[in-house]
Parts: sequence; C-alpha cells; structure tokens
Amino acid sequence: MSNTLLEIKNLKTSFRIGEEYYAAVDNVSLNVNKNEVLAIVGESGSGKSALAFSVMGLHNRAKIEGEIVFKGRNIANLPSKQMNKFRGNELAMIFQDPLTALNPLMEIGRQIDEALILHNKNMPKKKRKEYIIDLLEKVEIPRPKHVYNQFPHELSGGMRQRVIIAIAIANQPELLIADEPTTALDVTIQAQILDLMRELKDDLGSGVILITHDLGVVAEMADRVAVMYAGEIVEIADVETLFENPQHPYTRSLLSSIPLVDDAQDKLHVIHGIVPSLKNLPRQGCRFSARIPWIDESAHEENPELHEISPGHFVRCTCYKHFYFPEENKEEQNHDTAQS
Amino acid sequence: MWKFIVRRLLITTPQIVLLSAIVFILAQLMPGDALTGLIDPTVKQERLEELRVQLGLDNPWYIQYRDWVAGIVQGDFGRSFIYKMDVTELIGQRIVNTIWLSVVSVFFIYAIGLPLGIISGRYNDRLIDQLITGYTYIGFATPIFIFGLIAVWIFGFVLGWFPTGGSVAPGLDPGTLEYYLSKIHHVLLPALSIALIGTVGTVQYLRSEIVDTKQRDFIITARAKGASESRVYNRHIFRNSILPIAAFFGYEIVNLINGTVLIEQIFSYPGMGNLFLESIVRRDTTVAITLVLISGIGAILGALLSDIILSMVDPRIRIK
Ligand SMILES: Nc1ncnc2c1ncn2[C@@H]1O[C@H](COP(=O)(O)OP(=O)(O)OP(=O)(O)O)[C@@H](O)[C@H]1O
Ligand SMILES: [Mg+2]
Repeated sequence: MSNTLLEIKNLKTSFRIGEEYYAAVDNVSLNVNKNEVLAIVGESGSGKSALAFSVMGLHNRAKIEGEIVFKGRNIANLPSKQMNKFRGNELAMIFQDPLTALNPLMEIGRQIDEALILHNKNMPKKKRKEYIIDLLEKVEIPRPKHVYNQFPHELSGGMRQRVIIAIAIANQPELLIADEPTTALDVTIQAQILDLMRELKDDLGSGVILITHDLGVVAEMADRVAVMYAGEIVEIADVETLFENPQHPYTRSLLSSIPLVDDAQDKLHVIHGIVPSLKNLPRQGCRFSARIPWIDESAHEENPELHEISPGHFVRCTCYKHFYFPEENKEEQNHDTAQS
Repeated sequence: MWKFIVRRLLITTPQIVLLSAIVFILAQLMPGDALTGLIDPTVKQERLEELRVQLGLDNPWYIQYRDWVAGIVQGDFGRSFIYKMDVTELIGQRIVNTIWLSVVSVFFIYAIGLPLGIISGRYNDRLIDQLITGYTYIGFATPIFIFGLIAVWIFGFVLGWFPTGGSVAPGLDPGTLEYYLSKIHHVLLPALSIALIGTVGTVQYLRSEIVDTKQRDFIITARAKGASESRVYNRHIFRNSILPIAAFFGYEIVNLINGTVLIEQIFSYPGMGNLFLESIVRRDTTVAITLVLISGIGAILGALLSDIILSMVDPRIRIK
C-alpha cells in the first residue's frame, strides 16, 4: 500500500552477552503509515529503545535480523554510508534526555547547522542561518538569534528539547521517532512539547513512532498503539480500541494501574514484578505468564501468536480469554462465602 | 572568562606569599646560616659575630623575612657557599637549560601521546589498541632512570648517535647555527627518554576519555543526524576528549621541570635538577632553598596556566 511509510517484518535485535546473543526485540512486525502516530508502550526494559535504534541503524554491536522496509527499501543492516543518507534526513529521532543529547562544546546554531550541511550541501551559509533561525522560531524558542550563538548549558531542559526537535525536523523527515521525548521534563513543559510535536507532525505530514510509558501521552497523541513486553508485541490496536477494550493481561494491568480520578470503582490493580533482564527473558511460551501465576497454565499457548480478534486489533497468546485480576477473584470468593 | 581569570590571578598572589613564608621557615630550620660555609678556623668568633650583625642575621625573623623577600624581588637570592658566587648567576644558565629540555620533552609527549591515545581510544579493544595499551603498561612499569641509562648506553655509547653529556658542544659561539643544532642534538635523547616514559599517562587518559565520550548521548545525536564516522570523531569526540588533557598542560610542564632531576643526572645535563641534587648533597642551603622556591612558584603558575587554558576552551567556564 502506498500509504505505508515503514514496515517492520519479523525484526529481531540481539545483543551479545558473553558468548551468546540475546534478543531484546523478538520477532516484531508492525507498520507506520504517513501522517500517523504509532505509540509504543511498555515498561522499562521491554525493548522499545532497542527497536527504535534498530530502525535508525544506531546499534553498533547488535545482530539485526528481519526486514525494516522504509519507503519500499529494506534498510536493515544497510552500510552506514548509505544509512547516513536517510538518518537526519528522511528518518529522524528525538531523544529522551535533553540534558545530555547536545554537544556541550558546540553552539546551538552549529549543532542544527550540522544536520543541514550533511543533507543540503548546496545551501549557502547565509541561507542556512536564516533557515535555522526560522526553525528555532518554529519550535517556539524565544530570541532565536541570541540562542543561535548560545551553548547548551545556557538553556533549560525544555528549551534544549526544543533544540533537539529542531535538529530532528531540520530536513523535514518523513518518519520521526521520538524515544520518550518528555520523560525528563516537568509536567507543564511536557504538555508544551507534546503540543509542539503534534503541530509539527500535522505540518510536515510525517509518520511518528512515539515511544513512551506514559499512557496519558498515548491517549493524547497516538492513532494506534503497540504494547511491548519482554521484546515482543503483545497487543496492537487503534487507540480507542486499546483504551476501551484492552485484551492482553499486560495491557489491562498497564491501563488499570493508572489512577483515574473519576473512576467509580476507585481501585488500582497493580501487577507486581518487573521485566526480566535480557539474559533471563523467558524464550518459550507466554512471556508474561510468570507475572500472572494465578492464571492456570493451560490458559497459555505453547507458542503464543498474535491473534486478530477484530480488524486491526491483535493480541498475543490465548491467556487473555481467561485472565482476571486476583482482587476480583477474592471479591467473588467473599461474595460466595457471604451467600452461603 | 575575564572575570574568572582575574579571580584566579587574585588567588595566586596569597599562594605565592604563603609559599615564600614556608620556604623561609624551611631555610631557618636548616642548620647553620649564610656564614657557616665561610667558617675558617683562622677567623675569630668575634669577627663572625660582627659579620652576622653586618648581614642582619641578628635581626628579628620578620625583618629578616622582609629583607629576604626584598632581595628576591630584586633578583638577589644570596650566595652559594660552594661555588662562592651569586645564586642568581649560578642558576641563570641552568634554568634556561632545564626549561629548554622540558619544552622539547613536552613537545614529544604530545607528539607521541595524542596520536597514540586517539588511535587507542577510537579502535578500543582491537589489536592496535592492545599494542598501544601494552606499551603504556611497560611505560608505567619502567623507572625513568633505568630507561634513561639504557638509552644513553645504546644510543650514546654503543651506537654513538647522540652525545652522552652536556647541553651543547664546547667551543661553539652562541648565536651561530652550529650552536643551536648542537643544542638540539644534545637535548634530543634526554627529551625523548622523558617523553617515551612520560607520555603513557597522557595516552591512557586520552584513551579512556575517548572511550567514555563515544558512549555519550550527544554522539548518538550526531550519528542520528547522518554524520559520518570520521565526522563524529573529528567534530564531536576528539574535542570533548581533549579538553581535560588541555587542562593538564600547565601541570604537565611543572611536573616535567621537577621530573628532569634524574634525567639530568643520567645525561650529565647541566640543568637545575643536577644542581639541586648537588646542593642537597653538599649542603649548599641558599641554592637548595632558591630551587625549592622557584619550582614552587612554577607549580603555582602551572596550575594557573591550566585553569586559564580550561577557561578558554570550555564554554561552560568561558561564558560565566
Ligand atoms: N547495547 C546493549 N547491549 C546489551 N543489552 C542491551 C543493550 N541495549 C539494551 N539492552 C538490553 O535490552 C533490553 C531492552 O532495552 P531497551 O533499552 O530497549 O528498553 P526500553 O524499553 O527502551 O526501556 P526504557 O523504558 O528503560 O528506556 C534491556 O534488558 C537492556 O538491558
Ligand atoms: Mg528506552
């Protein structure tokens, strides 16, 4: 389909630990359309950044298997010389920590200029400067002419994140990957940055992969959502479906662990535990099963697959059909004993 | 930046005053005084007392300190008991020799250390890095005087490529080309000996800085812009890694000036280090004290130089 910008097929990204390779992204397939925001959510360690870095070709010592088809061309394992034509140009990335993502010894203007020089060799210097100042204005940085000559440490975190966004959009990318772009910022600044990103996206018509573990951000920004756990996609759906009809136990526990002020039930389900480390990831069966031990083992598939339960809504493993929160169960039991 | 430099200069003054006071106390604690060396059985005790009064040695300490400082400021460091000449005159040429040796050594230290450190850091854990790291371990483990002795023996005595002593061939007129060539010829072997051993710290430091910088987030930002590997290194990694090395420049020079003591001895190089050892062994107090004072001031100025360089190259300090 011509509307598809990026299509990832069976991507597996493995890191070498000692003598062996361990997959941090395991058999992930997804696609991003033009002018669409795909959110990727999941706890720390679930492989979101590893996925983003694979698309950008930024891993230096990882084994990448599968296909990453960008505008009809497989860019997985492309030699860096060819990849450099895409990076910063049609493919751009925004990073999590604005405090460390800028070169401390380079003026803001020059850092943005670098992105221009690399992909617009013919643009004269004066033009580039004008363009950069416009760009700084576009990302709502006050006094852009002044900031052009400033160093990163002279700017606040929010301002630096705007600079990083300016770098990313300098060449009007078709696909923008934002890896937790607001995690390091105050709440008020977060909202401003998100607004800015949405405006820019509408402006440029780019596809966006938005990585976050903030479901509030997802609700506000995303068109579709992929939920990752332990390197796999466990559920993928459009945003309304996912929030209204979440199926996978992991998605449900993610959603129910956000406190909702007007939630009549006023109850929080928390699933304990964390994503296991790369070396200790379960490689067989349902990877989430260890965190929901009260669910009978027979509920899980032996080789869990993604099932399309309604158009565009995929869920991994059959355990979603049998899942309940332990508190619900207890209540039922209490109810039972009261009756008898 | 100027504010920083001025503030830094202001700190330097009390440092130097304090240093001079310590050195003065040290001198007072040393047995004997300026006349001890003159002792001659034929001179009567009364005459000695007279001379002491004449030289102001019976004055209270603060007057003596004042006189001493006043002398130093005018370039009068007293007289050497051994050489029977003014310390200033005695030290003059030797300081020039030592500074010359140090400058050439510093040149080689960076000429060897920067490329090795950069290669080692960039290709870390590859064969070339392992070779360079191996060299740095050997350099750390080898005492400079042993290395110097071997160098003199092989390149001086056996092969005869370099002179084995002195700072210039005798009989040459200062100012002629031969004179300068001879000076260079004499300084090469000791300077290279110092540099080959002295540079290993720089190599290792630069290597680890580069290895660290490589993993910093802004390097990923640069790659994500589409910068080529060589551009990432030249524009981003090296500049950030060399900063702390540049900051050590001043200290490095001071270290060297102090560190030439052994090498000068081995190469019979007429510098301050040589003189210092001799003055200690032969209890030439005024000379020893003067050299301690000079190297102390050198250390303070070296630190000052380092801070000024850092303030010029690091915008985080430059801007404030
Ligand atoms: N270069 C690497 N070498 C080895 N292991 C790695 C590497 N990068 C990531 N990992 C491991 O891969 C797993 C996934 O990491 P990743 O950074 O993708 O998680 P994430 O979902 O982005 O988490 P976070 O929310 O903390 O950013 C983790 O177990 C991590 O330790
Ligand atoms: Mg991450």
